[in-house]
Amino acid sequence: MLTKRIIACLDVRGGRVVKGVQFVDIVDAGDPAELAHRHAAAGADEIVLLDITATHEGRGTLLDTVRRAAAKLFVPFTVGGGIRTAEDAAAVFNAGADKVSINSSAIARPELIGKIGASFGAQAVIVAIDARRGAKGVEDAEVYVSGGRKPTGLRVVEWAREAESRGAGEILLTSMDTDGMRDGFDCELTAAVSEAVQIPVIASGGAGSAAHFVDVFGRGKADAALAASIFHFGVTSSRDLKAQLAQAGVSVRLPC
Amino acid sequence: MIAVIDYKAGNLTSVVKALRYILGDEQTTREVVVTQSPDVVRGADKVVLPGVGHFQATQLLEDLGLTEAMRESIAKGAWFLGICVGLQWLFEGSTEAEGTKGLGAFSGMCEHFPATYEGADLKSPHVGWNSLEQIRPDSRLLRGVADGAFVYFTHSWRAPVVQETAAVTNYGGAFTAALERENVMGVQFHPEKSANVGLRVLRNFVEL
Repeated sequence: MLTKRIIACLDVRGGRVVKGVQFVDIVDAGDPAELAHRHAAAGADEIVLLDITATHEGRGTLLDTVRRAAAKLFVPFTVGGGIRTAEDAAAVFNAGADKVSINSSAIARPELIGKIGASFGAQAVIVAIDARRGAKGVEDAEVYVSGGRKPTGLRVVEWAREAESRGAGEILLTSMDTDGMRDGFDCELTAAVSEAVQIPVIASGGAGSAAHFVDVFGRGKADAALAASIFHFGVTSSRDLKAQLAQAGVSVRLPC
Repeated sequence: MIAVIDYKAGNLTSVVKALRYILGDEQTTREVVVTQSPDVVRGADKVVLPGVGHFQATQLLEDLGLTEAMRESIAKGAWFLGICVGLQWLFEGSTEAEGTKGLGAFSGMCEHFPATYEGADLKSPHVGWNSLEQIRPDSRLLRGVADGAFVYFTHSWRAPVVQETAAVTNYGGAFTAALERENVMGVQFHPEKSANVGLRVLRNFVEL
């Protein structure tokens, strides 16, 4: 049976892993390569490395960090942040990434989705969407870019559909309303996107307990869920989390 | 020498990295060579055909003379491992690219996942960790891999279950997750991304 994936996310800034609360407060959590290996060994199904400052400070992705992290990583590895062109993506793939996550640049130039897919396969292109609910809630939830700094006027579900039609392999949906709060994922928003597209949807933002994951895999119809701060400070490991999910009847990769 | 065939179908970095990791110190005597050359393929004792993406990309194998080189290699006993599209190519073809022939080492066509299964919508692509079932006890490629072990998949087309199937996976019904006939082997999953189970499969292949 296809299992629900637990993805460990490393938000990187200046070569260090950090984690913000609602995209702003930042706490240092360690070396990205070391943490990537630790998460994989602790049972994470996948690793995502996001260079969270790349877009607005105009830096390229930290290829050296990617190379070090990928060296002995034998689970899927996604890299995002600062990927503006197909050439940027190629450099990240050559450094050892299996997938790239694009966000601001996909909105600025939606054809980039298909362009990267043409060389590396659709499965290698994740379109990341940073979303915030609107006045009417989920219905008018809006897409934000530049690390959550700029509203775009795009509706979340419509953009997810367009990303799929342009060849995205997966959608990484982050709720800015719930991010870093450890109070649960935005299940309604995740379900709305998951029902609108055929491709897998990764839920992100708000993980705080195993019950939150059970909720987003059930009610939220997510195919995968991503967490960062819940793991870094030894709150729990992916393996512990999965054992709890299995108990609650969620299909997960165990033993791992 | 292990020849890894580059036919511009996705990223070879991970496969090569995993093979070199397994070889470890032996790398000095047993090279992993990424190649498009039919002569290199003919000189290899092991051939790996990876590939993610469109079946159409395998047309380049024919155009570069690699299909013939692989056919000869297999006939004289070189070990062959197809990964993902590389496995699908071992069949007669795929509905993904009707005009492009596979090697035809196994009978049947690869087809897209059905849109519905047992009355429910079925999402595709099939992405994530799924289990290997009905592992053939005589499989050399899957030696030491237990029924129910999880591996990582990402694909929208799948190969039918045939007599040579070495393990199936269930998603919208059973499909071939691994197959094996003497020196010809293939896996639909990505062993280079399947943690310890995947490394075990690659190690089994490298040690043949």
